[in-house]
Amino acid sequence: MDLAVIVLDQVVTSIASLVLISIGLAVIFGMMRVINLAHGEFIMLGGYTVVTAVNAGINLWLASLILAPLVVGVFGLIIERTIIRFLYGRMIDTMLATWGLSLALVGAVTMIFGNTTSGVSTPLGSMRVGRYELSNYDFALIGIAAATTIALWAALRFTRFGIIARATMQNAQMVASLGVNSNHVYAITFAIGAALSGLAGGMIAPLSGVVPSMGAQYVAKAFITVISGGSAVVAGTLLSSTLLGSLDTGATFLTRPVFGEVSLLIGAIILVRALPQGITGSLFKGSI
Amino acid sequence: MIARINRRKFLKTAAAGGVAATGPWFIPDLYAADEIKVAGIHDASGGLDIYCTPMINCLVLAVEDINAKGGLLGRKIKLINYDTQSNIQLYTQYATEAATKDRVAVVMGGITSASREAMRPILDRFKTLYFYNTLYEGGVCDRNIFIVGTTPAQTLEKMIPYVMKKWSGKKIYTLAADYIYGQVTAKWVKKYCVDNGGEILATDFFPLDANSFGPTITKIQAAKPDIVMSVLVGGAHMSFYRQWAAAGMKKQIPMASTTFGLGNEQAVLTPAEGDGIIATYGYFPSIQTPANLEFIKRYETRFGKNAPGNIEMSAMTYQGFNLWAEGVTKAGSIDRMKVIEALETGLSFDGPAGKTTIDHATHHCIIDAYIAEAENQKWKVLESFPQQKPLDTSAVCNLIKNPNDHQQYIINVKT
Repeated sequence: MDLAVIVLDQVVTSIASLVLISIGLAVIFGMMRVINLAHGEFIMLGGYTVVTAVNAGINLWLASLILAPLVVGVFGLIIERTIIRFLYGRMIDTMLATWGLSLALVGAVTMIFGNTTSGVSTPLGSMRVGRYELSNYDFALIGIAAATTIALWAALRFTRFGIIARATMQNAQMVASLGVNSNHVYAITFAIGAALSGLAGGMIAPLSGVVPSMGAQYVAKAFITVISGGSAVVAGTLLSSTLLGSLDTGATFLTRPVFGEVSLLIGAIILVRALPQGITGSLFKGSI
Repeated sequence: MIARINRRKFLKTAAAGGVAATGPWFIPDLYAADEIKVAGIHDASGGLDIYCTPMINCLVLAVEDINAKGGLLGRKIKLINYDTQSNIQLYTQYATEAATKDRVAVVMGGITSASREAMRPILDRFKTLYFYNTLYEGGVCDRNIFIVGTTPAQTLEKMIPYVMKKWSGKKIYTLAADYIYGQVTAKWVKKYCVDNGGEILATDFFPLDANSFGPTITKIQAAKPDIVMSVLVGGAHMSFYRQWAAAGMKKQIPMASTTFGLGNEQAVLTPAEGDGIIATYGYFPSIQTPANLEFIKRYETRFGKNAPGNIEMSAMTYQGFNLWAEGVTKAGSIDRMKVIEALETGLSFDGPAGKTTIDHATHHCIIDAYIAEAENQKWKVLESFPQQKPLDTSAVCNLIKNPNDHQQYIINVKT
């Protein structure tokens, strides 16, 4: 019984971290069709914001829930205004530009903080379930991932900006002809995507520590999750995270950690082969 | 402050040198010809620089020491540092460059076993002497290389029975990095555990970039070992210690490691995360010998109080360079073969890591080994094992009988 609880906790935690690291990309790539190869570095910046803030004596939760998304969101806004906005619709150019951005960010952070792993302790301690110990931070991770998903869904579904943003991504000219400044919509949507990535970095930092090159560990997983998810930003990310996260953790438990990663990749390949438009391209059509 | 030569600086210097050299090329440069060139090939940047920065510092320190005493054979030593940027390809490139273009008398360096195996054949081919100053899995048998670092028989063999007794446990769960070092070391862990009447419950291997250990921590709890053995390597794996402490496991299952501390993990992690972990190396910075205290003082004066702390590999780099210097002095020449023969007579050097003696048959070293426990971000030495022989390698390698051997034996660890 206690083993079942703990395995369930691991599976849900794994899903939650996949949701967190991919939801920002789901907005930027899934919605805006911008192939952001610097996504991992957005996460990394969020992580460094938290580590720097905590070392400066700021409360960890303030740092990871407020500061990290804020800093990376503003950074994303600047990047959109200075680089991305000239490249909408030019996929290859965007890839090159964001790849360059990713290299530049790794270099800049290395120069400032050095190429060594630093980090902060994982807070909240642990809890006993039968014969096992569980890290309470897992629950925080799950809670934040759930809250983020619900908030994003509600914002896209119910708010005026959410509807305008979705309309803009579908047909920018039509929206512009109705008197909306689509440039602003693009900029703000990109900033929101960046802020979500920053939040992910902030939440991951106490678990894995930060190092300038850490983005590489997340960018591939995030793209795989978003592509498998398909066009619906929230539902797609949630569904594919659930599927891939359970596969990864399940296989890790049953065999070895290497096979966890392998099964995640194989799962994604089969998924994309069977459903080329992603899960929400065929099922749950029309969801957000 | 730290005299690091990265590739750009190196290219600049090389270009400037080139320009200068094209000037009065017809006048023989007597001073330059008089310098003995040596190469240091280490990762001054990239993911492995946590290990290499102190090694480079110690090499600089050793060269400066000898130059301050008037050099070797009356000639100054010129150290050329190459930055391999944690990239194996650059090891082959720079080893070739050091051997053919710079014609150095000796190459010091290499960090992972992969980097060593990239350079070793090249330096063999170009007949350039090579010192590998890193602890590793054992088994290299080659007359052109001297290995100044511990192997499992010198350290692990002592630590496993030590922790099994200390924590009165028989069941071990091993976590290891998924490459040759981790794979072979995990086998040694198993052998020494079984030899001492213990049992390995499971061994999990992790790719070097794995940083999520939640499922593994649960698996360990389900298996209920008495001891966890960590053979994890690099920055990403450091998160294991954090997640282990966060899951409240620190208080429940004790941990020993063959790698913890080599990247100064004990200083990066908080005392709550690192305290109590036991490790074993051929050197700890807290060894209280006059030679080591004096060495640490000089290191801090030269590189500053905040320089990365010394580890086995950096202290062994210092010992290794001085061993080579002893060899040159005895041979009265920097000729490769003469230096090798001089070293093979069993030369030794007394330094911060105690007495290190060359073993002719294996070209490894007889070394003092220590077991220590992390305490408040420092090491507390628990026990020392003076003058340990490289018995694992000597079981497969005899360069006295087969001087032309040059391979790495994958030691068949019988369990």
